[in-house]
Amino acid sequence: MSDNTTPSNNSFLNDAGNRALIFQILLLAIVVFAGYYLFSNLQANLDNRGISTGFSFFNEPAGFPILIHLIEYTEADTYGRAFVVALINTFVISLLGIILATIIGVIMGLARLSKNWLVARLATVYIETLRNIPLLLQMFFWYFAVLAALPAPRDSYEFADFLLNKRGIYSPNPIAQDGFGLVIFGFILSIVASISLIVWAKKRQTRTGLWFPAYWSSLGLIVGITFIFLAIAGFPIEFDLPQKSRFNVTGGMVLPPEFVAVLVALSTYTGAFIAEIVRAGILSVNWGQTEAARSLGLRDNMTQRLIVLPQALRVIIPPLTSQYLNLAKNSSLGAAIAYPELVAVVMGTTLNQTGQAIETIGLCMLVYGSLSLSISVFMNWYNKKMSLIER
Amino acid sequence: MAIIFKPSPSLPPPVTSVGAVAWVRQNLFSSPLNIFLTLFSLYILYLLVPPVIEWAFINATWEGSSKAACTAGGACWAFIGVYFDQFMYGLYPDSETWRINLAVILLVVMVGAFAIKSINKLYLSLAILVVYPIVAYFLFAGGIFGLEVVETSLWGGLFLTVLLGVIGIVASFPLGIVLALGRRSEMPIAKSVCVVFIETIRAVPLITILFMASVMIPLFLPEGLNFNKLLRVLIGITLFSGAYMAEVVRGGLQAIPKGQYEAADAMGLTYWQSMILVILPQALKLVIPGIVNSFISLFKDTTLVYIVGMFDFLGRIQAANHDSNWLGTTVEGYAFAALIYWIICFGMSRYSMALERKLETGHKRN
Repeated sequence: MSDNTTPSNNSFLNDAGNRALIFQILLLAIVVFAGYYLFSNLQANLDNRGISTGFSFFNEPAGFPILIHLIEYTEADTYGRAFVVALINTFVISLLGIILATIIGVIMGLARLSKNWLVARLATVYIETLRNIPLLLQMFFWYFAVLAALPAPRDSYEFADFLLNKRGIYSPNPIAQDGFGLVIFGFILSIVASISLIVWAKKRQTRTGLWFPAYWSSLGLIVGITFIFLAIAGFPIEFDLPQKSRFNVTGGMVLPPEFVAVLVALSTYTGAFIAEIVRAGILSVNWGQTEAARSLGLRDNMTQRLIVLPQALRVIIPPLTSQYLNLAKNSSLGAAIAYPELVAVVMGTTLNQTGQAIETIGLCMLVYGSLSLSISVFMNWYNKKMSLIER
Repeated sequence: MAIIFKPSPSLPPPVTSVGAVAWVRQNLFSSPLNIFLTLFSLYILYLLVPPVIEWAFINATWEGSSKAACTAGGACWAFIGVYFDQFMYGLYPDSETWRINLAVILLVVMVGAFAIKSINKLYLSLAILVVYPIVAYFLFAGGIFGLEVVETSLWGGLFLTVLLGVIGIVASFPLGIVLALGRRSEMPIAKSVCVVFIETIRAVPLITILFMASVMIPLFLPEGLNFNKLLRVLIGITLFSGAYMAEVVRGGLQAIPKGQYEAADAMGLTYWQSMILVILPQALKLVIPGIVNSFISLFKDTTLVYIVGMFDFLGRIQAANHDSNWLGTTVEGYAFAALIYWIICFGMSRYSMALERKLETGHKRN
C-alpha cells in the first residue's frame, strides 16, 4: 500500500510515492515497448509472407456451404454474409441454451433439496456426474455416440407427426394461410388484455389486500382469445408434414443433429452448475424466514414465491451471470462437431481460405467480448433491481 | 400395607416411527406428491440401470485383439485394452514410456515425502517446483545421458493432458497472484494494465486464445525465432487460467479485514513482507475452494487442444474411435474417457473439501 509513506528525510528512493511512480513509468515503458516490438514484427512477417491486411475479403465470395442457416445463404454469397450467418447461429444456440439450462438447473437444484430421499440422490448423481466430465467429451458423446446411432431416415422413429433419425429431428412446419392476420390481431389483443389484468390486480392488491390469480388468468386469456380468433378465421394454418422417402425426409422443419448435440450438451452441462447455484441460494435464506411466513398464515407456494425466492435470487444472480457467460463462450465448442457457429466459420474455414489470421481472430474476440459485456450489463441491471435496498 | 408402584416395562416404539419402515415412510412416501416422485424415480432407475449393467458387465467382452472377439452383444472393453498404451502415452515410443512412468513415480514419491515429519518442507517444495521440472523435462524430451530424443509432437494421451493441466496450474498460480495484487494496487497505471488484461481474457472463449497461440504467436515473433506448438499452447493456457485465478485471489484479498493491512503497516513491514507474511496466507486459505474449482475447470478445458490439432487424452480416444477395424466402439471409448476424467475431477473436489477442513482455524462463525 502506497500510503505508508516513510518520513521524507530519507533518500529519494525510500519514499513510497516516488518508488510507485518509478515502477509505473517502468511498467508503462515495458508495455509500450513490447507492443511496438510485437507490432513491428507482425508487419515484417506479413510483408514477407505477402498477406494483405484489412477486411476487403469480406466482399469476396466465400465459396463454402454452411449447413445450418437461418437467413438465405449459398456458396456464392460473401464472407461477410457467412459471418452474419455464423453470428446468428451463435446467438440462437446461446439464447436457447441459456433458457434450457436455467430450467434444468432450477429443477435439479430443487430436486437436490427435495425431502424425497430418492429424488435428492438422483439429482446429486446427475450434478456430480455432469460437472466432472469435460464439456467437449459430452458433446462428442451426444453427437457421435447417441445421435449417430439413430436409424437411417427410412427407419425413423415416429411420434405423432414427428420423425427422429440420424439426420435430425423433423417436425411439422406450420404455414400461414389467408386470414392469418386476424389471428395475429387476436393474439396481440389477448396480450394487451392480460397486461391490463395484471396491472389492475396489482393495484387492487396494494389498495385492498385482496389476492387475484392474475398470471394464471392471463394465461387463460391468451390461449382463449387466440383460439376464438383462430376459430373465427377458420383455422388458417396448414402443416407441412415431414414425409419419409427412400433415402431422406422431405418437408417439415428439421433440427439438425449438430444443433441438437450442441444444445443438449450445453444445457445439461451448464444446468448442473446452475443447480448448485440455486441450491446454495435457497439454503442461504434463513429457515426463520420460512417459519415467520408460515406463522403469518401464508401457504407453502406463496411462502416460496414471496419470501424465499426473492431473497435467494440475491445470492443466485451474480454466479448465475457467470454461468450464462460461460455458456455463451462454450458455444464455441460447437466448432468441434461441425456446428457452424462463429469459431467454426470465421476462425476455421474463413481463416483457412484467406489466411487473414489477425482480422478473423480479432473479429471473433471482439464479438465474444461484446456478447459477454452485454450479458453482464443486463444481469448487473437485473441484480441491482433485485438487490436489498438498505436505508 | 403400602402399595409400591411398579412400572411395567415400556413398550417398544411403534414400527411406524423408528427403523427401516418408518424411514421409508418418512423419506419416500410421506405425501401423494412424494409417492408419485418416488415411483417416477424408481421407473427411471428401472429404465436406466439394468440395461447399462447388462451392457457394461454381463454381456461385455474384456479380452481380445480385434472387433471380431466382441460377440457377446455388450460392451467391447477389449478395444480399450488394445489401445490402452496410446490412450496413456499418445505416440510416445513404446520402448521409452518407462521415462514417463519414472517421472510419475518420482513425483508421487516427492509429494508423498510431505507426510514425513522430519523433512524440511521448504527444501522439499523447492525441489518439487524447481529441480523436478528440469529433471522431468529432460526425461520426457531426452537428448542428454544418451536418452533418445522424443519430439513433442509425439507426446499425447493422458500424459499430455496431465502435463498441460499441471504446468498450466503451477504457472498460472503466481501469475494470478501478481495480477490480483496489481488489480488491487493504488497505482493507476499498474491497476489499469491488470484490469485490461484480466477482463479481455475473461471475455473470450479459450478456443480463441488457443487459436491465437497456435496461429498468431508465430506472426508476432521475429523472423527465425519460433516456439514449438506445445509451448505456444502452454502459454495460451497459462495466460487464460491466470486471468481466472486472479479473480479468485482478488475475492480472497477483499475478504481480509482492513485491520490486517493496517496491523502489517503498523509493524513496519514493507509491502511485499506484509503481503507474503500476513495477507496472502489468509487470503489464499479463504479461497481454496475457488482455486481448486479453477484447477478442475482448467483440467477439463485442456481437452480443447484437440481443436487446434493436438492429441491429448480425449483426442486419442476420438482418433481410436475412427479406426475402421473397431467400428462401433464409440460408446466404450467415451465411457472410458468419462470415467477417467470423472475420477480425477471428483477426486480433486473431494480433496479440496478435506484441505478446507484441515486448514480450518476456527474463526468461522457458527
